[in-house]
Amino acid sequence: MSGASATGAARGGAGEDARRRRRRRGRRRLAARYVAAILITVVFLFPIYWLFMISFKTPEEIFHSPPVWYPARIQFDNYAVLFRDGDVVTVWNSLFVATISTVLAMVLGTLCAYSLARFKTGGDNLAVWIISQRMIPPIAIVFPVFLLYVWLGWVDTYHGLILLYTAFNLPYVIWMMRGYIEDIPVELEESALVDGCTRWQVMARVVFPMVRSGLFATAVFTFVFAWNDFIFALIMTRSEITTYPVQVTHYFGAQSNFWAKIAAMSALGTLPIFIAVAFLQRYLVRGISLGAVKG
Amino acid sequence: MSGPLSASEAGMGFRIGLFADRRFKYLVIAPAVFILLFIGLFPLIYSLVVSFQNINMMEEDTSFSGLMQYRLLFQDLRLWQSLGHTLLITAIALPIELLIGLLMALLFLEHMPGRPVFVSLLVLPTMIAPIVAGATWRLLFDNRYGPINQVLGWFAGEPMTVLWVIKANLVYPAILLAEIWQWTPFMFLILLAALSNVDKNLTEAAEIDGASDWRIFWRIVMPAIWPVMAIALLIRGLDLFRLFDVVWALTKGGPGTMTETISIYTYIQGFRQFETSYTAAIAFLVIVMLSVAVIFALRRMEITR
Repeated sequence: MSGASATGAARGGAGEDARRRRRRRGRRRLAARYVAAILITVVFLFPIYWLFMISFKTPEEIFHSPPVWYPARIQFDNYAVLFRDGDVVTVWNSLFVATISTVLAMVLGTLCAYSLARFKTGGDNLAVWIISQRMIPPIAIVFPVFLLYVWLGWVDTYHGLILLYTAFNLPYVIWMMRGYIEDIPVELEESALVDGCTRWQVMARVVFPMVRSGLFATAVFTFVFAWNDFIFALIMTRSEITTYPVQVTHYFGAQSNFWAKIAAMSALGTLPIFIAVAFLQRYLVRGISLGAVKG
Repeated sequence: MSGPLSASEAGMGFRIGLFADRRFKYLVIAPAVFILLFIGLFPLIYSLVVSFQNINMMEEDTSFSGLMQYRLLFQDLRLWQSLGHTLLITAIALPIELLIGLLMALLFLEHMPGRPVFVSLLVLPTMIAPIVAGATWRLLFDNRYGPINQVLGWFAGEPMTVLWVIKANLVYPAILLAEIWQWTPFMFLILLAALSNVDKNLTEAAEIDGASDWRIFWRIVMPAIWPVMAIALLIRGLDLFRLFDVVWALTKGGPGTMTETISIYTYIQGFRQFETSYTAAIAFLVIVMLSVAVIFALRRMEITR
């Protein structure tokens, strides 16, 4: 395209006209793409908008037919109720369980990934087995684990759920961190070893600083997976450590649905996701594609 | 595929091996593998054991009962129907997500100011909890207080009271809509990255040679993005196979058993009917089926390197 416009300029007056026409067409094309982009974004964000709007509405506004699209006044009563009734403790449970299990999975997973990446421990077979664990339906895994937990008395305990999330997230951490570690040149580690560092010192002083951003991105994803999980929590929690996704479904009554509570609780659970997405940016694609695209 | 790559990997492994501390490499791998075996292999064996017994809510019969549960599996119409529902949703949702995601990726491929903002807004549906997505759509679909019927009413010119999620012929469109809404951005994001990596020189050369856009897409762009597309399809396909949250929030498998997926059916057998041994048999079947499929697919794909 740039070549064509260059010849246009060489031809002088007549080319000037064509170029202007082309530029106008380019601008119109860009404008059309913007319109399409904005339309698509509006459609995809509308459900999230609606969720947050309900959380700010009064009961009269929520149960108004036809529905109103925004509250007359933004008020936080629906959230205040959650705090007053103590339901918000489920958000705390989610935060606690997701954080601890993320830390555990990151530490154990990164160590394992280092061994896989640098020593080819277990070869490709072990690596493929590990990632395949991630892809089996949770329900099939969690049912026998539930039977075991009943026997151990671990149902509805923090450590039970934390262990489950750690195990669930380990394959992901190992897989992603293996990729990030393989990205760093092995020569750096070799020269550190030659200089007399132990393996642990190499990890702390060479590997860790090099993979820090990948480590952070993987940790955010791991946290989000645990934070968003419903099925493990549905099965493994009763009343003591209910997490927020389970709490949301508790509001779906047989007779009446507590819409305000559903919306407010869901919104509370969605806020950390916004923060996570803002942090992830560069690592989003690599993170969701299991490292297939190194965006 | 793995020929030259594995040769250089072997070389690197050898060099590192000179310094390797044998104990170290097993020491660091042990805790993770131990936990994975505990949660990964143990369930498989335990399911197998329990599935050869006859435990349910009524009796705790731990004597060996042979293949009884597995015979029941084959006669269980509801199980195969739930498998059918799962495959139906997968077969419809997956191509639509791919197609819309691809079109969106093509729209955003050329540079435009503000693109990163659009992309990070569009990724939000994929990142929020599926159960929250389901709950949100349930509010949207409400026949009186939801905006979907309101908008339909504007087009129809009269108030509409479509009973989404309740009427038998509308539950699947409702589930599919929620599912496609949540996961199309996933496809979009991956395909956008894949398209951005296509060699511009090739497409421009073809353009100068007078090839049509259509032809360029199928001959140059498609082969280039296919490996990534295949992985995206694999990830999403396996996700759809274990579909639970969105359907649970919208219909709980109803009306009747119309929208039960394999995960929901397993849950109901295990935690509502308390058919322990039978559920163990289902779990074992699912684990074996999927493990074989997953390992086969992964081995064939670039992802394993």
